[in-house]
Amino acid sequence: MSEYILELKKISKSFSGVEVLHEVSFALRPGEVHALLGENGAGKSTLVKIITGVHQPDKGEILLNGEHVHFHDARESRQAGIAAIYQELSLFPDLDVAENIFAGRQPVTLGGRVDWRKLYSEAGKLLESLGVKLDLKQKARTLSIAQQQMVEIARAFSINAQILIMDEPTSSLTLHEVDDLFRLVRRLRAEGTAIIFISHRLDELFSLADRVTVLRDGSYVDTREIKDVTRDDLIRMMVGRTITNLFPKQDVQAGDVALRVQDLTRAGSFYNVGFELRRGEILGLAGLVGAGRTNVARAIFGVEPPTAGRLEVEGREVSITSPQQAIELGLAYVPEDRQLHGLIPAMSLTPNISLPTLYQHARAGWLQDKSERRSAYEAALQMEVRANNIWQFARELSGGNQQKVVLAKWLSTNPRILILDEPTRGIDVGTKAAVHALMSKLAAEGMAILMISSELPEILGMSDRIIVMREGHVTAHFSRAEATQEKIISAATQNVTIGMTQ
Amino acid sequence: MTVQNPPAIRRSIARNGWLWTLIRFREAGIGLFILILVIAVTLRAPSFLTIDNFEDILLNISILTIVALAQTMVIITHGIDLSVSSMIGLVAMMVAFVVKQNPEMPVIFSVLLGMALGSVLGTFNGLIITFGKVPPIIATLGTLSIYRGLVFFYSQGTWINSFELPANFKALSKGTPLGLPNMVIIAILVAIVVYYFLNYTRTGRDIYAVGSNPDAAQFAGIRKQRITFLVYMISGLLSGLAAVLWASRFESAQTNTALGFELQTVAASVVGGVSISGGVGTVTGVLLGALLLGIIQNSLTLIRISPFWQLAAQGLLILIAVISDKWILSRVERTKK
Amino acid sequence: MKEQGAIGSKSSALLSEFPPRRSFLANFQRWEWMLVALIILDILFNMSRSPHFLDARNLSRTSSDFMEIGLMMLPMVFIIITGNIDLSVASNMGMSASFMGLLHNQGVNIWVAALAGLLLGTLGGMLNGYLVARVKLPALVVTLGTYAFYRGIAYGFLGDQAARGYPEAFKYLGQGKVFGTLVPFSVALFIVLAILFGLVLHRTTFGRYLYAIGNNENATLYSGIPVARIKFIIYTLSGFMAAFAGLILAARFGSTRPDIGTGLELAVITAVVLGGVDINGGKGTMLGAVLSLFLIGLMRFGMGLLNIQGQVQGIVIGSLLILSILLPGVAQQISSTRNFQFQSRAVLTALGVLAVFVAFFLFFFWSRAAVIAGG
Repeated sequence: MSEYILELKKISKSFSGVEVLHEVSFALRPGEVHALLGENGAGKSTLVKIITGVHQPDKGEILLNGEHVHFHDARESRQAGIAAIYQELSLFPDLDVAENIFAGRQPVTLGGRVDWRKLYSEAGKLLESLGVKLDLKQKARTLSIAQQQMVEIARAFSINAQILIMDEPTSSLTLHEVDDLFRLVRRLRAEGTAIIFISHRLDELFSLADRVTVLRDGSYVDTREIKDVTRDDLIRMMVGRTITNLFPKQDVQAGDVALRVQDLTRAGSFYNVGFELRRGEILGLAGLVGAGRTNVARAIFGVEPPTAGRLEVEGREVSITSPQQAIELGLAYVPEDRQLHGLIPAMSLTPNISLPTLYQHARAGWLQDKSERRSAYEAALQMEVRANNIWQFARELSGGNQQKVVLAKWLSTNPRILILDEPTRGIDVGTKAAVHALMSKLAAEGMAILMISSELPEILGMSDRIIVMREGHVTAHFSRAEATQEKIISAATQNVTIGMTQ
Repeated sequence: MTVQNPPAIRRSIARNGWLWTLIRFREAGIGLFILILVIAVTLRAPSFLTIDNFEDILLNISILTIVALAQTMVIITHGIDLSVSSMIGLVAMMVAFVVKQNPEMPVIFSVLLGMALGSVLGTFNGLIITFGKVPPIIATLGTLSIYRGLVFFYSQGTWINSFELPANFKALSKGTPLGLPNMVIIAILVAIVVYYFLNYTRTGRDIYAVGSNPDAAQFAGIRKQRITFLVYMISGLLSGLAAVLWASRFESAQTNTALGFELQTVAASVVGGVSISGGVGTVTGVLLGALLLGIIQNSLTLIRISPFWQLAAQGLLILIAVISDKWILSRVERTKK
Repeated sequence: MKEQGAIGSKSSALLSEFPPRRSFLANFQRWEWMLVALIILDILFNMSRSPHFLDARNLSRTSSDFMEIGLMMLPMVFIIITGNIDLSVASNMGMSASFMGLLHNQGVNIWVAALAGLLLGTLGGMLNGYLVARVKLPALVVTLGTYAFYRGIAYGFLGDQAARGYPEAFKYLGQGKVFGTLVPFSVALFIVLAILFGLVLHRTTFGRYLYAIGNNENATLYSGIPVARIKFIIYTLSGFMAAFAGLILAARFGSTRPDIGTGLELAVITAVVLGGVDINGGKGTMLGAVLSLFLIGLMRFGMGLLNIQGQVQGIVIGSLLILSILLPGVAQQISSTRNFQFQSRAVLTALGVLAVFVAFFLFFFWSRAAVIAGG
């Protein structure tokens, strides 16, 4: 009887002639939280998809409880007791919570009829035992992301999964919700479940994981006990070099007020938001997910205009009702969700980069291909986008490179006010540093930057001033010098009165 | 700038109550609308509120109900079946031909034959869509033409008229051995079966799952292909049943039988609250939708509005239903954070 | 051998401005080449069956039969590329033509009546555009509603009457030929407009925006493109062209009945999809659509010469539509599947299904043979 519940031996996988995994080995013990770490493109998600049977390995073998297994699809792995919770949550928005938990496996009576009473009572008992409070009849569509994840975990619980894989589960959660999640994970671990945990947040791994395996460029690097490694060790293993400065913030003399927001309100999203953004400064907008920060950004950018309040751009009062108008006024918005709002994955890099400025490469509407291509090429080069050529489809790029493309796109509109919404989410460490360096450079050149971020180190490291929001209201305002993690968390979560120093 | 405690915003539970009422509101809404319509029409034409007239309405919507229920299941899986009208036409023609040749045949055989033929046609749709990976709207657009063409090819331009059909066949739809016309009873039975299927069987619930999130359904172990195939086969089966009833009711089978009927089935579904993007829809809603269509059709005639405005009224109804749905949804979204 | 730009690698000059050598021409025109091949095949087939096929006069006459479909097809390509659809075009056509006919019956000057019809049709397009672009309702349902609504209005206008007696000058639109040639006026008009629409689609910013919207509407919106306005424009355009096609059709027939053009929306959509335009949006060319219209026209003409009825022709066209999507998809599946384990089960199911269909068709022919023989 092997000590490992799951073993992958020398797994290799190629897609269209490109090797994505090269003889990767991996061993998972029951009752452990095993972190899987690596930059984007390192092969983590491919490895997971092989474990769950979505892909089949070209070479190598998989052993489950010491026996060889070969999964042809996700169903088979599920039946073998492997459950996975991906970033794209797989709930059914139109079904209610209870049915989501038991989807495909509803309890039936002797006659084959769906036993609704049993379904609801079982679901209720399950949620109660997990300490989760949810209305069983609520449609999944109306749940918050954290609540949806709870339901997913409840589902994993209900199928008595031996192995649970969690892919970036915390990227959209508040600190409090992360605590709840970790509590559940620890409980699962105590009951003998093996958990594979993928996350970019190194601090989380130190608090939750037992062991960590690092992948780099499709190859296996090492597996270590968490207590035996440091943060820098991990970064070095992931990247192959030491990143010295993740937050290269220069001190800049702030200039004129580029953007002023007063009493900005949008019913149902945020209320009486007010702040000033000066040229050359980076204003960090902190808060929990759902605090309304992205809504404020969207309001300023004209996607969901505010219902009340005043907006001034470069001293002039304006009413922005469309992104088109916002761009004309010198604003740019790098959205939170790259795939949804930032890029057109099915198109190549050139049209992606040139989209907002296409009219500049057209005479009376008539496209000038060469001009467009050249411009896009130069923008991509400047951002150091790593791709074969600009004819590659955007969806083929890694997360970090996609973000570079989005930045290239927006910078080519020559904005004076740049709004970044979670600029380094889901990005490898190397690109993260590059993005931060870029931000500093732009600020030094006079750009006014509003940075929305849920990563406290980023907020503290990059902002000149910090605003905190909670439930649609601005609750605190700090300068760089006086800000601390505790103060920010406080302002983001509790009902407190904070004094502000100018 | 110091900020005090932010005011509490409505919590999810309260929002849930609000939502719950609104969702119920949908079917209650149609019900209410029907009630108002009935009152208004009766005031204008008292002959509306008679048992005879009511029976007439039920007769008129029986076939629609049967096929609309099938269409609903297809739409719930985020598909659509535009070929139902042609399936009805083809099966009606074939069954009528067979019945004409075999007048002593027990009526039940013609019903079974119709359902069998319809199932084959529906299976063809299902295969094209699941194995062929052709999008439903294109696949059924194609079979709409193919099946209608087959009607012509089959009949060579002739048709079956009333004299060529035996009495027992004609009585299949209109006979009233149980008080109500057979057709109405059959429709009620079908509704009950579909209701049970969608709400009390795993496969039925799987249909909702597939429509709500096809990828998640795959992960949950639901055989998406089978479910998709199934709904199109059922659509064929019920269209076959409808075809036999159609031929029986109208005592004929022509090359243009049921031409354009697919519109009504989609209308009844959409008005009944079925979402075109899948995952949402109830049997009650569809029944009410069909009833509403039937009442409008009936009342327009009674109020002496030219039958030429029927079509416009149906179209307007679809638009109103969809606009009001959107309006309700936007209200709900606004209370969300 | 493609060099994958590895993450974390030091080299930054991997980015190339120029496209990879091979794929450019091949990919770009694959669908269109298939259509050309089919056209050639069809011509060869029909030439061998009927000497009248390549007769210039016949071709001239038949080509004008498809111009109304062609005119409505042009904006439909725009609409489908953005991921939407317009089921109401034929009904709009009927409504506009009926309005014109009604006015003309009342004694209004034909050209004024025609203008009124155009206006009404355009308004119809605007209603679609408003509901889809501003109110943000699903296009399928909206245009399904207006499909019924506009046709209903058409019936409301003319009832069971017909509008007749159009002046010769007007009828020229549908029946006339370009001076000195056999080319019908409507065909010449269509060609000009097709070129225009094609240029807009492929060489202008507007066209690029259409593709962007079809591929990812949200990202396009966030990039500052006026998505709602563009959608509104294309639906209005569709309404206008539908009305225009209605005028031409009325001119060709010399009369108008409210059921004019019934069912044509299916022909339009078939032509677009067969032309390689993806029904989900984001892909397709105007050339493809025009080629497919040409192919359908030729096929129908050929079948007509062989005395195949219109509805029966539908079997061929419907099959072509389905096969055009099915065959490439199945071919791709076969080449990528390497799992022989499934094959035995699949083969058995396939045989079973085949048996069912064979039984169906045997029954089909047997049952009708008996009746037709018996009379």
